[in-house]
Amino acid sequence: MSNEVISELMREHIVKLVASGKRGDGRGLEEVRSLTIEKNYIQTAEGSARVRLGNTDVLVGVKISTGEPYADTPNSGVLTTSCELVPMASPTFESGPPSPTAIELARVVDRGIRETKTVDMAKLVITPGEKVWVLFIDIHALDYDGNLFDAASYGTLAALSSAKMPGAKIGGADQPLPVDHWPVSITAAKIRDKIVFDPQLDEEKIADARLTVATDENGDIRAMQKGLSGSFSYDDVRYVISTARRLGNGIRGIIQA
Amino acid sequence: MEDIEHIPKEIQLVDANGRRLDGRALDELRPIKIEAGVLKRADGSAYMEWGGNRVLAAVYGPREAHPRHLQNPSRALVQCRYNMAPFSVSDRKRPGPDRRSVEISKVTSEAFSAVVFTEYFPRTSVDVFIEVLQADAGTRCAGITAASVALADAGIPMRDLVVACASGKIAGQVALDLNKEEDNFGDADCPVAIVPRTGEIVLLQMDGHLTEDEFDRAMRLSMDAGKRLYEMQKDALRRRYAVSALDQEALGAGVTA
Amino acid sequence: MDRSERQRQVVIPGDLIETHGLKPGEGTYVDGGKVYAAQLGIRSEQGGFVDVIPLGGRYIPRAGDEVIGQVEDMGPSHWLIDINAPYPAPLHATESPWRVEFGETSQYLAIGDAVVVKVLQVDETKRVQVTMRDRGLHRLTGGQIVEVSPSKVPRVIGKGGSMITTIKNYTKCQAFVGQNGRIWLDGAMEDLVHASRAIRMIEEHAQALGLTETVKAYLEGAYGHTGA
Repeated sequence: MSNEVISELMREHIVKLVASGKRGDGRGLEEVRSLTIEKNYIQTAEGSARVRLGNTDVLVGVKISTGEPYADTPNSGVLTTSCELVPMASPTFESGPPSPTAIELARVVDRGIRETKTVDMAKLVITPGEKVWVLFIDIHALDYDGNLFDAASYGTLAALSSAKMPGAKIGGADQPLPVDHWPVSITAAKIRDKIVFDPQLDEEKIADARLTVATDENGDIRAMQKGLSGSFSYDDVRYVISTARRLGNGIRGIIQA
Repeated sequence: MEDIEHIPKEIQLVDANGRRLDGRALDELRPIKIEAGVLKRADGSAYMEWGGNRVLAAVYGPREAHPRHLQNPSRALVQCRYNMAPFSVSDRKRPGPDRRSVEISKVTSEAFSAVVFTEYFPRTSVDVFIEVLQADAGTRCAGITAASVALADAGIPMRDLVVACASGKIAGQVALDLNKEEDNFGDADCPVAIVPRTGEIVLLQMDGHLTEDEFDRAMRLSMDAGKRLYEMQKDALRRRYAVSALDQEALGAGVTA
Repeated sequence: MDRSERQRQVVIPGDLIETHGLKPGEGTYVDGGKVYAAQLGIRSEQGGFVDVIPLGGRYIPRAGDEVIGQVEDMGPSHWLIDINAPYPAPLHATESPWRVEFGETSQYLAIGDAVVVKVLQVDETKRVQVTMRDRGLHRLTGGQIVEVSPSKVPRVIGKGGSMITTIKNYTKCQAFVGQNGRIWLDGAMEDLVHASRAIRMIEEHAQALGLTETVKAYLEGAYGHTGA
């Protein structure tokens, strides 16, 4: 609606608010906004999910087809993750090639799936060296009100877990895409010496540092990414990890539903 | 362009009773749903389902035109960006504009420039974004019809809304609103955008083969359908701002703090 | 349809407006001798004109409007103020309450400062100029700024200021409502939370009937008394 740069007055207000344990929308510092996930949202995709995290709205599509594996990994399926921060989602998003933000987001989500073996690439081989399943994850931001990292990662996990491998490509029936793990990311923002979880847009604008931690169904750490130019203490990091674990459990239930 | 491997060559687009593959009569529209005001950041927005199409439209503006050298000193620019999400089609589309999207963006911008009171806002731009989330032929018409609602929702001064619909020829017969198979295997397709009150044509494209008489019949079908679309657009806008008894109840219920 | 029903009618761009002898006003246009709506809005009659009051849309500056702006840039003899309009508004050093030497603008206002300014004039090419010299115009410190759609400003103010006064009485907050939809509030943290919630409520349900009573009920519930 209006100016994208936050005024000094509002910066000071949010800092004071957070220092007193409150946030602009009435949440507690450790509270995540309301989360709704609609799976199978797009029929032209083999898997899809539309995520609303507060007013942040992201659509993730998973397209599955067959193709050749990469020459250096003949026994592995192919996975590519892209992110489009389309201009409709925010006055600060411009059309054109992916910005560093879009690229970082896509890579973080990609690692969160690949390195965690959420989808085991080895299980996606049809004929070794010749034919494998090829997955494209496309993240499409629709409305940006803070914390695209988490919204995109919930959407990706929900889309993958409800995706069907198109049986017709190999002369068989559709099969569900095998999902072996459930890493859930939680993002925290540091504002002066307080830490808030699931930052809303204004909080992101004034945050000194940001930390995303993904924990799995066993409580183990599966991914981390720190952003912005400020810093966290080691105690901060341990606190974010333990809170991410607790909050992640609640969110995992919503994704798996 | 589209995935046609599953459609047999000898396909009967219209049966002996004048029924199409999806059961419609030759002059029947696919089921349509429109909702206004669906996004928070954008100044105006609308969502539309038209048969198998799902389209989201958003408007920002009037806002300062960037880059500066594109500014018009006496009127607003109307800049439309039509984009298809990678997962919106059967064969995944690479993200970013292709030549087709650029062309559709251009003719759509021109269509809206004909109705927006651009002289009220010199040196600015009214930016219209159309995202096709799921495609089933007729996406540019769905995009224009939805974007009109988004423009009105954004409070942009206009002479009228704009409606768009395509008619064509399948199995030698003139038909309204072709779906994907009909567009692929039909003989002609002719999208048109109209200013409802005056009947002015602000977009017209055609490919295939039509006699003049067939063209007249196709246009009549589209213009009649345009009247129905117009009512749906207005209904979506009125619903968005309706003062309903339901609103009163919800209001009362929400305020027991 | 009687006059009061006509009053609240939502009109769509291109809708024919029955003028009943009144002259075409804001938000309308004339074509072929007939009057049509130019914007999505509410049909309204006032002072011999039939207008369409927009339901949404960005802030369009008018001379005399007092608005809340934000300094977004500056030069040696002016500051550029973002007033949430399609156009940036220059504030010349001569229109400020200080004696600013050439090149010393940064000593008086910084980028990111929030200010209350008045729209001096809007010319035919929509070039806007603002001033900070009159009474009541100044730099803002402390408090918070809540933003609503400019079309909701009359509801936030209320008839004769009744709505904003009610909010101020209960919450003991200072408040200034800018015509551009930006509202400045100042008070204790708890009170700010209630005041901004009340304003959010007005924005979300601006079209509802009985809004004033509903907002009062919320404030009564929050403060446990009937206010001043």
